[in-house]
Amino acid sequence: MPDKPDRNAIEVVNVSKIFGSGEGQVAALDTVSVSIRENEFFTLLGPSGCGKTTLLRLIAGFDFPTAGEILLYGQDIAPLPPFKRPVNTVFQSYALFPHMTVADNIGFGLEMLGKPKAEIKARVAEMLKLVKMEALAGRRTSQISGGQQQRVALARALAPQPKVLLLDEPLSALDYKLRKEMQIELKRLQHETGITFIFVTHDQEEALTMSDRIAVMSSGKILQVGSPWDIYDKPAERFVADFIGETNFLTAAISGIGNGKARATLKSGTTIEATVAEGFQPKDNATVVVRPEHAKLTNSKGDLSGTVENVVYFGTDTHIHVQLDSGEDFTVRQQNTRSAGCGFERGDKVGILIGNDAAQVLKD
Amino acid sequence: MAKNFSIKHQPGFTAIAATCFIVLYLPIIVLVIYAFNAASSTSEWGGFSLRWFQSAWQNTQVVDATLRSFQIGSIAAVFSTIFATMAALATTRTAPYPGLTFKYAAINQPLMVPEIVTGVALLIFFSRIKIFTGYSGIGYLVAAHTAFCIPFAYLPIRARLENMDLTLERAAADLYATPWKTFRRITLPLLWPGILAGLMLAFVISLDDVVITEFVKSGGQDTLPTYMLGQIRRGITPEINAISTAFLLLSVAIVTLFFFVSRKRD
Repeated sequence: MPDKPDRNAIEVVNVSKIFGSGEGQVAALDTVSVSIRENEFFTLLGPSGCGKTTLLRLIAGFDFPTAGEILLYGQDIAPLPPFKRPVNTVFQSYALFPHMTVADNIGFGLEMLGKPKAEIKARVAEMLKLVKMEALAGRRTSQISGGQQQRVALARALAPQPKVLLLDEPLSALDYKLRKEMQIELKRLQHETGITFIFVTHDQEEALTMSDRIAVMSSGKILQVGSPWDIYDKPAERFVADFIGETNFLTAAISGIGNGKARATLKSGTTIEATVAEGFQPKDNATVVVRPEHAKLTNSKGDLSGTVENVVYFGTDTHIHVQLDSGEDFTVRQQNTRSAGCGFERGDKVGILIGNDAAQVLKD
Repeated sequence: MAKNFSIKHQPGFTAIAATCFIVLYLPIIVLVIYAFNAASSTSEWGGFSLRWFQSAWQNTQVVDATLRSFQIGSIAAVFSTIFATMAALATTRTAPYPGLTFKYAAINQPLMVPEIVTGVALLIFFSRIKIFTGYSGIGYLVAAHTAFCIPFAYLPIRARLENMDLTLERAAADLYATPWKTFRRITLPLLWPGILAGLMLAFVISLDDVVITEFVKSGGQDTLPTYMLGQIRRGITPEINAISTAFLLLSVAIVTLFFFVSRKRD
């Protein structure tokens, strides 16, 4: 991976977007601030209605913020119309021009910028090669498949060499296999072009596999920004822990806070070590989260004890649902081998071992 | 699978359908047949002949009225389509605001106000203008036709605009197209079938008008329909049948064209 210099491509500063007025007012974005670095694959992740698409539209210029600034390399672009911003968008519906050929679609941005014909031709050829669509340059966009339309939309947005490329759930219309292929393709394109990508999705798996950093959004706010690893392993908020992957929530009494760690005494009486988000001072009682794959089942006594309620086979792994003696539910994910069964059955009395550095204290 | 409900299998369907077709088409068929009548009366059949078509063709009054109809129709169609296009853009390319419904109503006013009322109103209004300006050309007819053709041109254009994906225009703006370039390169080419449909519909509507024209026209400004009306008052000859038949063919041709153009999808 190339070095990612710590230069910000986009800075969103205290941006709010309020729709409607009076009683019916809705804050789609509520004083959001975030910095997106140059040459970064940055993902805005959240459920529908969380404000991620609104933020993207504000950066593109299709809408204007009610308050706040949007800086592109230090220059406030918030009041500029879309055609004056060196930012291009890949739309969810692709929005290819139906009355133009594939090549004309790709060349449209350059044409509007008033580039000479020869330069447009060369750049279009280069783009067609980049997305492997050379053979279909003369086709109408209605004569190509969904996956091919997706590639044309990408090529069209990349052709004018924007400073930032915005992608609004571009993979949601594709089937599973094609989506997987395009995820890798997008990473490759980002790497080859060196353009900053801002990607919007509600698909946590997509976000984890593709991004350099992720911002998790909910109800118009950014809850946490971090690497996929940070977001998955060290969720700071209940929403983040719950939205991304599966997780176990345990109530615990907190003591001995310091050095980013705390001691968490679980209902079973066992005390485990848990990590605490930087600068956060937990109260006496808090929730700690443990990912199902970071716990282990045992036939002897563990950190927790309970009874197996259900065993679900998933091919690569098995999920074992345990009812803890404290009354809470706990799921353990166990990697499968080719030997028969996972070794546990419904009704078994089991212990659960929680690994070192497996628990995280939530902020709520 | 359960048999789907079909209106075709209801009792009396065939009879009602047949009656409707007969009532709609029989008079027209009779009219067309008698256009080829060799006799001078519409009440007796004197054998097949094209003499009435020939007679109409040589009748300078008919030719004159036809040309005037085409002239008024084409000018009115072009102007009303331009206004309708602007109105359609203004009413579909803005966020809904209070008063928009009122504007829809205002644009469609000619569809709601009885033609006779418009005719009388225009007669009084234009007669005042005539006194002040002294002008009495076909400008009045063109203006009146333009006005009542606007809602007809507006309908297909607005329908086309509403079905057009707004993201296309957004995508053009995103790719550095100014609003004018977006209109010229994206909106207008995609809107074109709607505009053509509006143009043809407006032309046919103008061609067909009797009531308003009758009130607004000055002496010697007969259009084909008002000329025919005038002739019928003096007794019907098969010449009227021949003119009607030619008129019918023209309308059918234009409406068929309209159908194909407006059905065109990209």
